[in-house]
Amino acid sequence: MKLDDLIYHTGQWLKGTGPYSNIVMSSRIRLARNLFSVPFPNKASKKDLLHVLATVQDAKDKIDYFKDATLFQMNELDSIDRQFLIERHLMSHEHSSNPEGKALIVSQEEILSVMINEEDHLRIQVMQSGLNLHETWKIIDMIDDKLADILQYAFLNHWGYLTACPTNTGTAMRGSVMLHLPALVMTKQINKVLTAIAKLSFASRGFYGEGTQARGNFYQISNQVSLGHSEEDIIQNINGLIRQVIEQEEQARQALILQNKPMLEDKIFRSLGVIKNAHIISSQETIELLSMVRLGIDLGLVKNIDRCTVNELLILIQPAHLQKLEGKKLSATARDIRRASLMREKLGGA
Amino acid sequence: MICDLCGKKKATVHLTEIVDEQLLEMHLCEECAREKSVQMEQQFGLSDLLAGLADFGKQVKDYDKVKAVCPSCQLTYEDFKKLGRLGCSECYTAFQDQLGGLLKRIHGSNRHHGKTPGIVSVQALPKTDSLLDLKQQLQQAIEQERFEQAAELRDRIRELEDKKKEEKA
Repeated sequence: MKLDDLIYHTGQWLKGTGPYSNIVMSSRIRLARNLFSVPFPNKASKKDLLHVLATVQDAKDKIDYFKDATLFQMNELDSIDRQFLIERHLMSHEHSSNPEGKALIVSQEEILSVMINEEDHLRIQVMQSGLNLHETWKIIDMIDDKLADILQYAFLNHWGYLTACPTNTGTAMRGSVMLHLPALVMTKQINKVLTAIAKLSFASRGFYGEGTQARGNFYQISNQVSLGHSEEDIIQNINGLIRQVIEQEEQARQALILQNKPMLEDKIFRSLGVIKNAHIISSQETIELLSMVRLGIDLGLVKNIDRCTVNELLILIQPAHLQKLEGKKLSATARDIRRASLMREKLGGA
Repeated sequence: MICDLCGKKKATVHLTEIVDEQLLEMHLCEECAREKSVQMEQQFGLSDLLAGLADFGKQVKDYDKVKAVCPSCQLTYEDFKKLGRLGCSECYTAFQDQLGGLLKRIHGSNRHHGKTPGIVSVQALPKTDSLLDLKQQLQQAIEQERFEQAAELRDRIRELEDKKKEEKA
């Protein structure tokens, strides 16, 4: 698989299927793992990093699940390629800087990705569509077991998996769920929900990763605590919390329909009108409009567009994706024009 | 949208803070955001946060005064407090006394209850004077066929038990 081929495929996690997919966009689990007796990447020499890279690559070649997966060396990719992988949620911003000795493994359909030599030697990630943490855990647990048969992980019985940052020690697991909560935002209840989430030691972030403002009503909720509970218990806790948020969002959607259906319909169809007809459009505006269109699909009001198309567009409208589509560098203005034409093309506009 | 701080430039950075259970939103221009982020870094950098936690309660014991250094990667505990990152898996053993408390403060627990990898690396076990802990460690060492470590543990248990008997006598 070549990097450029990815753009013509939609990751499995964007299919818009699975439990509660009207509100939950995707579920993701990542595990941090380090090799025993090799310094963590922040303290590792170039030789150490290359040793880790070679060891993991060797393990990859021995595991059947990785048969169709591709390994990209970071120092062989240019900045747009690296940005492209970040935009696809396959790796972090941190992984893009100081590319020497870093690599990324990506499986077919983008279900699995492994960052090699990010903050930890391995950051394994599995993503699934909808609220599907149990299934996601089953996949990542299996992959982790297979890697552990070959690699000697840094582990202590009493403290679990040892990671560069003690906030990850223990299970070294972070489970996160991406939610679309437009009705909680419109009914101004979102702050209450986010405050409650923070109180329960869960973190909430935007769609576009760490440190980003939640845009277009997309929120990512994840566990903070990784030591003292089993992986299954942590997943259970996230699921319990997410179910409550889903219920709140569903109630808010019903309230919006009951209180003022024409106004809601107006907002949704105006958004659709603008997005199908604009000729210059910023990413911020696009995300906000796509959020409304998605709500329209979820409520059965917008019928000729499917959820998968909207999910896919949320990825495609980002700078590196637009430049990949165009096959050349684009200025910010040129991107706004290209973004608008992409919308018209994908949504059947004028 | 105009920047909340300078009120002049266009706000391009959006910040959400939770202060006293109140969610505050701030919209800033790039310049003000940079300034704010320097302040934030000073106030809330992860390393500072960890350092703050590490010093929590100021329980200055003898080992805090002694300069702890990881024999494997040479990281000092002071370095860790600045960086917020450990240097290698052996750091966990080198700084076990300090980290035990820190992990408890971060996670509310300092005992792992999750999965175990197939191949368990052999590392020095944390020093403990609790017979219960030692016996647990011994059990695990035997199960995982780490016999050298098991023998060490057995000796330590005997030593402690003898000491206890002497104290009683």
